[in-house]
Amino acid sequence: MIVELGHFAAILAMMVAVFQMIVPMIGAHRGNVAWMAVAEPAATTQFLLTAFAFAALTYAFVTSDFSLSLVVANSHTLKPMIYKISGVWGNHEGSLLLWVLILTLFGAMAAWFGGNLPPRLKARVLAVQASVAVAFFAFMLFTSNPFLRLAVPPFDGQDLNPLLQDPGLAFHPPFLYLGYVGLSMAFSFAVAALIEGRVDAAWGRWVRPWTLAAWVFLTVGIGLGSWWAYYELGWGGFWFWDPVENASFMPWLIAAALLHSAIVVEKREALKSWTILLAILAFGFSLIGTFIVRSGVLTSVHAFANDPERGVYILAIIVIFMGGALTLFALRAGALEAKGVFSTVSRESGLVVNNLLLAVSTFVVFIGTIWPLIAEMFFDRTLSVGPPFFDLAFTPFVFALSAVLPIAAMLPWKRARIGRALRPLVPAFVLALALGLLAWAIYNEASVIAPIGIALSVWLVAGAATDLWSRTGRNAVGHRAGRLFRLPRADWGKAVAHAGLGLTMFGVVALTGYEVEDIRVAQQGQPYQVGAYEVELIRVDENVQGPNYISTTATIALRRDGQLIEMLTPERRFYPVAGMPTTEAGIDSGFTRDVYVTLGDPQTGGGWAVRTWIKPFANWIWGGTIIMALGGLLSLSDRRYRVAAGAARAPATPKGVPAE
Amino acid sequence: MIAVRDMLRRRGAACILAGLVLLASPAVAVQPDEVLDDPVLEDRARDISAGLRCIVCRNESIDESSAELARDLRLLVRERLVAGDTDDEVIAFVTDRYGEFVLLRPTATGANIVLWLAPVVMLLIGGGLALAFIRRRAASPAPTETALTPEEQARLDDILRD
Repeated sequence: MIVELGHFAAILAMMVAVFQMIVPMIGAHRGNVAWMAVAEPAATTQFLLTAFAFAALTYAFVTSDFSLSLVVANSHTLKPMIYKISGVWGNHEGSLLLWVLILTLFGAMAAWFGGNLPPRLKARVLAVQASVAVAFFAFMLFTSNPFLRLAVPPFDGQDLNPLLQDPGLAFHPPFLYLGYVGLSMAFSFAVAALIEGRVDAAWGRWVRPWTLAAWVFLTVGIGLGSWWAYYELGWGGFWFWDPVENASFMPWLIAAALLHSAIVVEKREALKSWTILLAILAFGFSLIGTFIVRSGVLTSVHAFANDPERGVYILAIIVIFMGGALTLFALRAGALEAKGVFSTVSRESGLVVNNLLLAVSTFVVFIGTIWPLIAEMFFDRTLSVGPPFFDLAFTPFVFALSAVLPIAAMLPWKRARIGRALRPLVPAFVLALALGLLAWAIYNEASVIAPIGIALSVWLVAGAATDLWSRTGRNAVGHRAGRLFRLPRADWGKAVAHAGLGLTMFGVVALTGYEVEDIRVAQQGQPYQVGAYEVELIRVDENVQGPNYISTTATIALRRDGQLIEMLTPERRFYPVAGMPTTEAGIDSGFTRDVYVTLGDPQTGGGWAVRTWIKPFANWIWGGTIIMALGGLLSLSDRRYRVAAGAARAPATPKGVPAE
Repeated sequence: MIAVRDMLRRRGAACILAGLVLLASPAVAVQPDEVLDDPVLEDRARDISAGLRCIVCRNESIDESSAELARDLRLLVRERLVAGDTDDEVIAFVTDRYGEFVLLRPTATGANIVLWLAPVVMLLIGGGLALAFIRRRAASPAPTETALTPEEQARLDDILRD
């Protein structure tokens, strides 16, 4: 019964979305206040209905209601509760419901917190947001309905894919969705502004927090996915340039470009049409990502593709929304006149370079991702584009971006003198150069890429610190230190996020450049040396019973200078219900290195295959990611956004806001 | 979303295939018995393996994959190396049998030239446009007219006031 109510609520929510898509838009066009005003309660209603539908599906999973085909396909009574819940979105249909839930949540939040928006713009934003919701509700209900019942329910389910039964992965999809769908807000604002024919500083200020929030969520989501891949997939890889990873990486890159260009709109009223275009493309890449993942076109070679019907449907959504928005852009962009004038050397120019590098690097990822498709369709060549291409084509952009970033970040607006901007950065430059040379001197056999990367990441972190310090004025050091903590949070956010990028880069470069690996047959009780560490296989326990799996667990002692550091327990698990094996690495995590051990097969001559890696600064990759996200949050909590939000509440305007 | 399901499916595929074929849990990619005694040859084998795609997996190199077929290919690569082939000869040997699909680094031949040149061309076009834009902004005089009505200006000031 509850499931039927949830199903009904989802259909009802779609009806409300259709209403919200049409009525406020016409109202805004005609200047009808009442018609515009219905957008707000409609957005709230839409969210509440979808939330109920989602709760109903969650209830079905929690109570293991096997009359629901989705629960049968993705759950099992023995599964731990947390994975019963995460199983709701661990599949195509349920994840679509989560997608529309977040979509309607963002719409409702725009209604709740958009009090200071001009009513006409607000009505249009909510109408555009609702049109996106209509498309996805229709997609879900007509092609991928999560609420379908089975006539003859089985006694038990088929279990969730064991790789998904992991805490890191349980919360990875919601974060990614919050990011993807958050970009729909930027899209709605862009389309509404195009319809309105006007973009000004205030628009920049309204769009920026949504983009920033979406970017923060994407950062966390991608970080979680990468971290999971690192510890779960059995050999410590953290990024594979897989189409599906790229699907989340492209919106992230474009969102990063967008949140920087929106600053130029907000502060200087320049780059308006470019910012609008980025806002449209950012959501476009979210949709393309959805297409790549759910259609299976890029992976269908291997027969476990998804339903092609779904792919066609998403393609239609992309064509309609991108085609419509870009046509509107072509018609209206000319009307968006830029105001701010700036000289060739200025913060504005620096941000243009930032946008150029981020946009082109997004394009590189995009063309590499879809090239196999193009080659197959137009040139009849079946080929692969893998990590070697991306490493080669993408890395120069990251390096160029890192080299320019600290300088551009310190340039003043409008007009700058390059010499004056560079002077405070001299210590940072010297430090970066020194550490880069040191790395090169110590490991001179490794490629030159790693020392360059280390120098650039030091340059980023030291540059961010210099930037922050230079904001404190020219007084005595004590005085400046006092001012440091009274700087606006946006300044802190900027420095922290840029430093986070440097730390992530450092982790990536150190790990890929200086990893030590050992593969061997380990005999029990015979210790061996890997780098500075001594590894000893103590014992292997077979047929250890887990809650829903059987495990082969090794116990391995890790010593350094004769001192025991850690007992590691790498495992190989078998999930009988899903019929799937997984590996669990034994990892000793540290600040400067991880020791990563995996267990292989028993060998015919006795002993076990054991692989050991020493991965320098591995944790810095995700530490830097978290710090980047933290920088975004700091910036998001800046006073100017809170003031704007407060101003919305202060006047407590009566319902009927007069038209402008 | 998605990076989830993706990898998931990718890894899953490798595991499922390996698991079903061998009816055993997969080992961890490169096994001790595969490793060559000559460290120089072994390094070359690893480099070559990292650039060859495991054809039954979703998007893994044979160096990363636990699938049985990947193991066969790894052994093949090492066999050729021991027989004295150069890296290029080994790669050609494998591509002759499995097609260019196995190359994770696409060749710069035919239409692929577009792929390899695209980043540079895009950077040049984008850079040119950006430069033209910056030049124009720097040259244009400050606009005098304001598009906002006084009420709008007042409202904007109100919003922008920190």
